[in-house]
Amino acid sequence: MSGHDHGDDGVSRRKVLECMTWAGTGVLWTITGGVPRSLGIIDSAEAATAAAPGMTFLQISDSHVGFDKPANPNALGTLEEAVNKINAMPAKPSFMIHTGDITHLSKASEFDNAERIISQSKLDVHYVPGEHDFLDEEVKFYRDRYGRGTKGAGWYSFDAGGVHFVGLVNVVDLKAGGLGNLGTEQLAWLEDDLRGKSKSTPVVLFAHIPLWTVYPEWGWGTDDGGRALELVKGFGSVTVLNGHIHQVMQKVEGNVTFHTARSTAFPQPAPGSAPSPGPMKVEDAKLRSMLGVASINFKQNEQRLAIIDTPLQG
Amino acid sequence: MKTINRRDFSVAVAAAILLPVTTARADDTNMEVHIDNFVFQPAELKIKVGTTVTWTNRDDIPHTVVSAGKFRSKALDTDDKFSFTFTDAGDYKYFCSLHPHMTGMIKVE
Repeated sequence: MSGHDHGDDGVSRRKVLECMTWAGTGVLWTITGGVPRSLGIIDSAEAATAAAPGMTFLQISDSHVGFDKPANPNALGTLEEAVNKINAMPAKPSFMIHTGDITHLSKASEFDNAERIISQSKLDVHYVPGEHDFLDEEVKFYRDRYGRGTKGAGWYSFDAGGVHFVGLVNVVDLKAGGLGNLGTEQLAWLEDDLRGKSKSTPVVLFAHIPLWTVYPEWGWGTDDGGRALELVKGFGSVTVLNGHIHQVMQKVEGNVTFHTARSTAFPQPAPGSAPSPGPMKVEDAKLRSMLGVASINFKQNEQRLAIIDTPLQG
Repeated sequence: MKTINRRDFSVAVAAAILLPVTTARADDTNMEVHIDNFVFQPAELKIKVGTTVTWTNRDDIPHTVVSAGKFRSKALDTDDKFSFTFTDAGDYKYFCSLHPHMTGMIKVE
């Protein structure tokens, strides 16, 4: 992987990637042949010999720095464990995305602690906010740190490795009785942002709350997410990456692959399996298995994806 | 007129006991709403003008209490409280701006 920087298409993009490594509580993504794939867990020795062409990037989510309740009294500690895993990876990812809820209560100290730990990865990190990152009175701590160069409440796009990445914000101006919300201004921007892009350009949309309807009874969906998906309909490869629900879920619809990442802080119950979506307390020995990894394997040139759920422990 | 009508008194007491718990009695000036498992309890509260309602978040996740144009709490961490005194009659729909599927109603008479 070394030598492949942002924007590098790589000479071997069309080769089938054999494997990559999994990174603790993150998901390692690799792009080959222009199609993002998240890859199954293998041992690091195997990963080391599988130097992959193309571009890899990592997704972490829901670090909830500051959370100290019984479900995980030390969310900062498990974030650090995740970062240590990332640093131990034989193949360094090109960059990382964080799909929100960096902090638990939007305190300056929580943002500072998160930054102190995440920066140890020495990776560029592209953030989108979760609802827990906009709780301070003036809603400025997140924007001061991560809002530079973004539009509106913090949306933006960038290109890397021949892929067009779009970070969206669906945690503001939420309506009573509703779900996540993108809003007309952001959707108009997205339409404009995608205009003129070749339909063969792979697109990655990432946002905190799932853009697809996972479980509306718990607010796990985005009211106008379907309008964003309409805008990417003509693209040959679309990958939608979200957090918020603290567990892996995925589905494929046509050319669109949906995926949610686990949290680095605490697990949440499966939809409808508990009275509420709140933090789920599990036995101490089991916690890291709930924060553990699951990976998705996109078979190149196939729309079906193989799901590999592999806990960190047990 | 000085004689206490025991029968009427008994009826009044019985009526008070039978009132649903979500209905405030005339002498109640403080009422409570709890947030448990992402639900406002009771979801609907009937109160008199002048009553103060106090919301308490008993979840491990922060919530807010927001009624558009009427009142808006800060993010309430576990066991944090928010109070609002209703000085005008009307129906006050409110929700959690972080988890908007959480909704409630205060009816002020």
